[in-house]
Amino acid sequence: MSTGLNPAAAGGPISRGFLPNEEFAQYKALLFMLAWRDIRVRYKQSIMGFAWAILMPVLIIGSGLIVMIAFSTISGRPLNKLDVLSVAVKSVPWAFFVGAIRFATNSLIMNKELVTKIYFPREILPLASVLANLFDFLVAGAVLAVVLLVARVGASVYLLWVPFLLLLLILLSAGLAILLACANLFFRDVKYLVEVALTYGIFFTPVFYSASTLGRLGILLSLNPVGPILEGLRDVIILQRSPNLPWLAYSASWALVGFLASWKIFQRAESSFAESV
Amino acid sequence: MSNHAIEFNGVWKKFSRGEKFDSLRDLIPSAAKLLFSRKQRDLDDKEFWALRDVSFRVGHGDALGIIGPNGSGKSTALKLLSGILKANKGNLRVKGRSSTLIELGAGFHPDLTGRENIYLNGTILGMKRTEIDQKFDEIVEFSELKDFLDTPVKRYSSGMHARLGFAVAAHVNPEVLIIDEVLSVGDYHFQEKCFGKMQEFVRKGATLVFVSHNLAAISTLCKNVLVLRCGVPVFQGQVSLGIQKYHSFYEEETKSFAIELLDVRLLSEHREERDVFEPGARAYFEIHLKAVKQIRGAHVGLQIHTADGQLVFVTATSQLTNTKLNLAVGETARISFSLDMNIHGNVFLLGLVVTPEIEIPGEWLYYNPRLKRIIMTDSRKSQGFLHMNPAVDVRLDSETQGVGSVKFG
Repeated sequence: MSTGLNPAAAGGPISRGFLPNEEFAQYKALLFMLAWRDIRVRYKQSIMGFAWAILMPVLIIGSGLIVMIAFSTISGRPLNKLDVLSVAVKSVPWAFFVGAIRFATNSLIMNKELVTKIYFPREILPLASVLANLFDFLVAGAVLAVVLLVARVGASVYLLWVPFLLLLLILLSAGLAILLACANLFFRDVKYLVEVALTYGIFFTPVFYSASTLGRLGILLSLNPVGPILEGLRDVIILQRSPNLPWLAYSASWALVGFLASWKIFQRAESSFAESV
Repeated sequence: MSNHAIEFNGVWKKFSRGEKFDSLRDLIPSAAKLLFSRKQRDLDDKEFWALRDVSFRVGHGDALGIIGPNGSGKSTALKLLSGILKANKGNLRVKGRSSTLIELGAGFHPDLTGRENIYLNGTILGMKRTEIDQKFDEIVEFSELKDFLDTPVKRYSSGMHARLGFAVAAHVNPEVLIIDEVLSVGDYHFQEKCFGKMQEFVRKGATLVFVSHNLAAISTLCKNVLVLRCGVPVFQGQVSLGIQKYHSFYEEETKSFAIELLDVRLLSEHREERDVFEPGARAYFEIHLKAVKQIRGAHVGLQIHTADGQLVFVTATSQLTNTKLNLAVGETARISFSLDMNIHGNVFLLGLVVTPEIEIPGEWLYYNPRLKRIIMTDSRKSQGFLHMNPAVDVRLDSETQGVGSVKFG
């Protein structure tokens, strides 16, 4: 289905710099519809229903706890409440990141029928996967908020950072999602590489511990652009202090440049999706 | 600016026949190969042109049919029009809100219910939510699936699946409708209904591009046809001429067969040559053929098709006699079939097929499904394809036995 001027029109690469309003509204509706479909199908199939959204974060927090107990046993430093809550605050967005990337990578392949039979901007597919995982994230986030309230973590002015930090995380995920979905369409082994990277990624990301505990090696951990965002969330929610601005700027540039570059690459490759999938 | 809804100017499209590298593991060797072989060619070994320099225009509110044998590039042309594929050379343009139906119900999710899929598919096809709300009842009614709305689509039969698919697509209301062979699904009743809906689109002034093997549908819906063969446009113009051109492909193919047909004659009971028959008459088909290569144990089959290609009747020497055809090169033979022509009121096509002793699908010693035209006159007693020599007896219960029975016959 295509509306208005057909993008197949020009001989050059498909360009959709500015969409007419009607078309934009249509594709926005499609984005939400496909995200709704993914959510609906997931919750319909599982007996657990909404518990599904919490399962992944709970598992990650659980493993985080074990790692921390091990640390404290070795170092002799007792486990404190804030450390545990920090792990929780970082695990939930990490679970979103992992879920979004995993689903988005397969999104074009899984919707082969749509890619080969119907026209619409293909970015919608990986973006819908990110959006569907964002829904899970919101469910898990709401539960986390209750936990934090019960644990008497107070509010501070620094909480105003939260929307911005989440936006960065979403932008970073979306950029990577678009790029990997596209790569996976042409090279089917990309999804295995992604799977491996996501499984071990948690050790290269400050989720269970903060970058600072590694001393100078911590910088390496922060080079992972997800790191400063997670640390930032912990700073503003648990420690109630300003995030590390230079590192955050570093992540932000990754998110922004990454997203734009991925989109550009995606649009370049898009015209050959239907015959390559 | 022209006032055409669709313009297709000198479009070329190539596909790769072989496997592409589709894993990173394969990419490295092929990248190396690319680096060391500097040959620049238009077309790789494994590539072929699916469309070669195709141009056509469709005015607003016109209907264009595209016909051609399998693999002639019809669907490729439609996918280019819809934007799913991109042309390698040339340019094309579609003006106005367009809707493409390559496959009915593409995008249905098997785990979602019929109701949910109506919304999903409607949105995919470009309808607004309010629009779907508005037309929901109409869609359901058209699909005749009211009782199955809350059943997951995976439990639907393929006919139900197609019905729901067409029902949604039919309510999109596009200015330009691009349809690939979709009438071949569902039962006869539903096919008629879909066809009616397409006619309605055209009547309302929508532009239609329609690919089908159903030549009857093509000639009813479209004024003009484009005939494609191996990606090359071989004819463009009036439907009836286009269909003739399409049929002529089969005649050309006969030239390479192992058997050469010398003569075919249709004869009446009194052995007069004719092509018009009365329903129920006995007809004789005399076939005179010659072997170009040596033939051992061949069978000769006779087919009768309707003008739009539906098989009505088929028989073969293997079913009627034990005699097999053994011919040396240059030897000739005469075969005579005789039939009761229990068909009527239409033009039929006589086809002939000669198969080797062990039949291999698609391999014939001779094949021409459209050898001769047979014109069957109307029967005043009935309609349809078959002449079944009807009689009837009607009695009113109130009348006593033997008094006024009314006989028609």
